[in-house]
Amino acid sequence: MAVLKKLQAVKISQNHLLGIQNLSVSDINLILEESKSFVKLNKSSSKKLDILRGKTQINLFFEPSTRTQSSFELAGKRLGADVMSMNMNNSSIKKGETLIDTAMTLNAMNPDIIVIRHQDSGASNLLAQKVNCPVINAGDGKREHPTQALLDALTIIIRKGKINGLRIAICGDILHSRVARSNIYLLNMLGAEVHLIAPSTLMPKKIERLGVKIFNNMNEGLKDCDIVMMLRLQNERMHGSFLASTREYYEYFGLTPDKLEFAKNDALIMHPGPMNRGVEIDTNLADDINKSVIKEQVEMGVAIRMACLKLFCK
Amino acid sequence: MKEKIIINAKIIDPKNNLNEIGGLIIDVKGKIKAIGKKVKNSNIPKNAEVFDAKKKLLLPGIVDMRVFVGEPGFEYKENFKTLSKAALSGGVTSVVSMPNTSPVIDNVSMVDFIKRRGRDKSSINIFPSATLTKNIDGKRMTEFGLLKKKGIVAFTDGVKTIQDSQIMSRIMEYASDINALIIQHAEDYNLSEGGLINDGEISTRLGLQGIPSIAEKIIVERDLSLLEEYQCKYHISQISSSKTVAAIRKNKKEGKKFSCGVSINNLSLNENDIGDFKTFLKLSPPLRTEEDRVELVKALGEGIIDVIVSDHKPEDEESKRLTFAQAATGASGIETFLPLALELFHNKSVDLETIISAMTKNPAKILGIKKGSLEIGNDADLCIVDLNKAWKVKKTELFSKSKNTPIEDRKMQGQVIRTYVGGELLFKRN
Repeated sequence: MAVLKKLQAVKISQNHLLGIQNLSVSDINLILEESKSFVKLNKSSSKKLDILRGKTQINLFFEPSTRTQSSFELAGKRLGADVMSMNMNNSSIKKGETLIDTAMTLNAMNPDIIVIRHQDSGASNLLAQKVNCPVINAGDGKREHPTQALLDALTIIIRKGKINGLRIAICGDILHSRVARSNIYLLNMLGAEVHLIAPSTLMPKKIERLGVKIFNNMNEGLKDCDIVMMLRLQNERMHGSFLASTREYYEYFGLTPDKLEFAKNDALIMHPGPMNRGVEIDTNLADDINKSVIKEQVEMGVAIRMACLKLFCK
Repeated sequence: MKEKIIINAKIIDPKNNLNEIGGLIIDVKGKIKAIGKKVKNSNIPKNAEVFDAKKKLLLPGIVDMRVFVGEPGFEYKENFKTLSKAALSGGVTSVVSMPNTSPVIDNVSMVDFIKRRGRDKSSINIFPSATLTKNIDGKRMTEFGLLKKKGIVAFTDGVKTIQDSQIMSRIMEYASDINALIIQHAEDYNLSEGGLINDGEISTRLGLQGIPSIAEKIIVERDLSLLEEYQCKYHISQISSSKTVAAIRKNKKEGKKFSCGVSINNLSLNENDIGDFKTFLKLSPPLRTEEDRVELVKALGEGIIDVIVSDHKPEDEESKRLTFAQAATGASGIETFLPLALELFHNKSVDLETIISAMTKNPAKILGIKKGSLEIGNDADLCIVDLNKAWKVKKTELFSKSKNTPIEDRKMQGQVIRTYVGGELLFKRN
């Protein structure tokens, strides 16, 4: 039996990392397991490896990003890859080139892996159909942000030792959030009970079909939760009136010490960043080193992306 | 032209209550001379060309009320010549062309252009529609009277909806004076803004913004309320949801006079078919849930829905090889229109006569044109259909200039084998 227990996948079942939806539980466990060694490495003084030496990694960012882009860049470099980051806000896409044409051009440069972030849902799927190398989705529209969900899972596992059986609340702007969607898939797969908390205007239609419980009240939704994930209010994606004001939003859906009382005593606070302090989260709570693991999430992000680059790069 | 005779066919002509084995004689001018069970082998005129249909279906040529041509402005997507080939291969002999061209069909000189091009390049009957408002701005109405005199059969902003209720009421009031047919595409833009597919589970999963079905129903209900005040000839171009069906059923029961269509796409596909961001299934109105589809099929069977349209909207590959948000809306469909409709018969959802009525008699009646029936004296526009022929849709085999079929690789039962327009055999398949 001991032998059986040790049996674990050593290879990812997918060619691309487009979403958590496409992964199996053993894929996820493999990525999480692999990343643990990188967590240690990233804390050491010599961080450079040569696993991806000679490989070319292209970061294709059509949307502004600070932490995800730098995280992927650092991850690639620490593995020894040649990393090229392209900020597509000021390139040929502005001259009318389509995503597919851009993809074909880059493909001709023989990259070994492409990381893409795009404002349209499904952009990474489209890219994956057209290039010869693995594609990693670093966020597409409102659909998925798989590495964020993986780093969140790693953060939880390191702190809580497991995900199975935990009660996890995701609060805030679910409607516009790819982070929420990826987390829902992943946490469900690993056996957590997922609560979504948002005003009805920010709750996607029929989301309960993804196997979650929905709440419009913070105190009810947070009851006995082990983890509280806060989401950023994505004002840049909001056209039309979703909320009366950020003041009222904070009153009902902002995470404050008194609302947090309803969660378990040892509940952890997470946030994918960037934060709107005083809008979705109390500023002191965000910085509370006993409760908030927001900085750890960033740290885990590099390790998770190193694991993904290593496992998906052929 | 020689006289032609088709014998031994199963004739279905809902307009004339014909459903029998018989024949049809086309005279030297291309008109229908005789029809029915009396026309048989024994009384063939001398020198006539004879075609033995071997019990295959003989139908009036299909009348398609919603077709995008591409001339002028989008000739690279479809022109009259390619459209004709595509239409004929699907048994379609008359189409209403949508005015969403570049420039749009909103004045008399544009109508002249379309009619001339249609006459010179097209081998099917083109019935042009014009816009409701100038440059489709939703504000200034077009010259319904003058345009109608020039041969415009219907007025519609095509892919667009009149949002302003006052403008819509004026349009209806004005149209009633000159008995002009108004066709509305029902979509409230405030509710559908930024929407790409049906608002529901699939839109949530794919992270695509949804178009709620209420966006359609609210315009339908508004227009039907206006219709109480201003009785004009009013037609809803295509509906997509069970909620709209309920609104239409209720209004028809109350005795209101209007008609309504549905796209063959909404009868045959649902939102699940979008799969992994298939842009060929980005449609307007969007594909909705299976429950909606079933309700539409039921409403067709009950006669709540009067017309089926192909909503043929050719789009070149460049317009579709984009992200879902960026891709053009619409699907090519005129060639597969009739075979796909026959699927509803084969799976016992709707009886054959009702389907054929919705594609021949009903649209012709709404448009007020002498088409869609096999009346003696009419132009011999007809098609012969092998009801059980099995085949598979392949985009490489389409005649249309654009290949954006939403049903690539779908297995079909039933295929057009011959199409006649004005008595001439213009399409033949072995």
